[in-house]
Amino acid sequence: MSKMTLKSEGDKHVVVTRHFNAVPEAVYRAHTEPEIIQKWMLGPAGWTMPACINEARPGGKIRYEWSNGKSKGFYLTGEFLELHPYSRIVHVERMHLPDPTPDNHIETKFEPDSGGTLMTMRMTLPDAQTRAAMLSTGMEHGMEECYQRLDGML
Amino acid sequence: MNLDTAFAALADPTRRAILARLAKGEATVMELAEPFEMTQPAVSQHLKVLEDAGLITRRVDGTKRPRRLAKAGIEAMDQWLAMLRTALEKNYDRLDQVLAAMEHKKGEAK
Repeated sequence: MSKMTLKSEGDKHVVVTRHFNAVPEAVYRAHTEPEIIQKWMLGPAGWTMPACINEARPGGKIRYEWSNGKSKGFYLTGEFLELHPYSRIVHVERMHLPDPTPDNHIETKFEPDSGGTLMTMRMTLPDAQTRAAMLSTGMEHGMEECYQRLDGML
Repeated sequence: MNLDTAFAALADPTRRAILARLAKGEATVMELAEPFEMTQPAVSQHLKVLEDAGLITRRVDGTKRPRRLAKAGIEAMDQWLAMLRTALEKNYDRLDQVLAAMEHKKGEAK
């Protein structure tokens, strides 16, 4: 029931769905309130988010910084385009490794679903050539070790 | 695939564009030369770099030698999708816990 799905749609889109056993208001808040975001949006084990800026209003800024206490961390910046409490968020984001990756445009929907919430996140991604470039950028900046650790988890 | 060679190959925008074209299906040198407004020898040179890096392979079809993306090349490009999946799954498992704790707190407040 709570299993996540991740499907690519054509060349440029990825759609992620996930059910949560909490009402849309709670799931929406968990995506917009920094003190909640810092508890879960951490990626692989061992990473923390020492800094989290989330100005939940149209035009508001997003900045998440991750650290594992050892290697150089990385950060994400973005801007909110639309917010409809507690049902829909549209924003753009990019990773800084430290060179910025191309913008990823994301629409996140929160719908009531059998007492909980069905979250649907639709990402508009860069094309295959940019993805290849992103991968190489990440590797150049010492992310390889991180990727290998992730591979081990797969 | 040798990663150093592969990244050197990817560092060139024309070669990335050629890869993007091959991601849609195989193509001959002539078919590649046209959209890039390049001479066939120039395209062949780029293809050689990509081939040496293990990013593309060639097939023999009569007198033609159509190129296509090597499987390893495709995997490297989409590897980050697998990373995305892993990171999100971990995040959402953690979010389940956070939401359960939020619910618990709310219950106590009542």
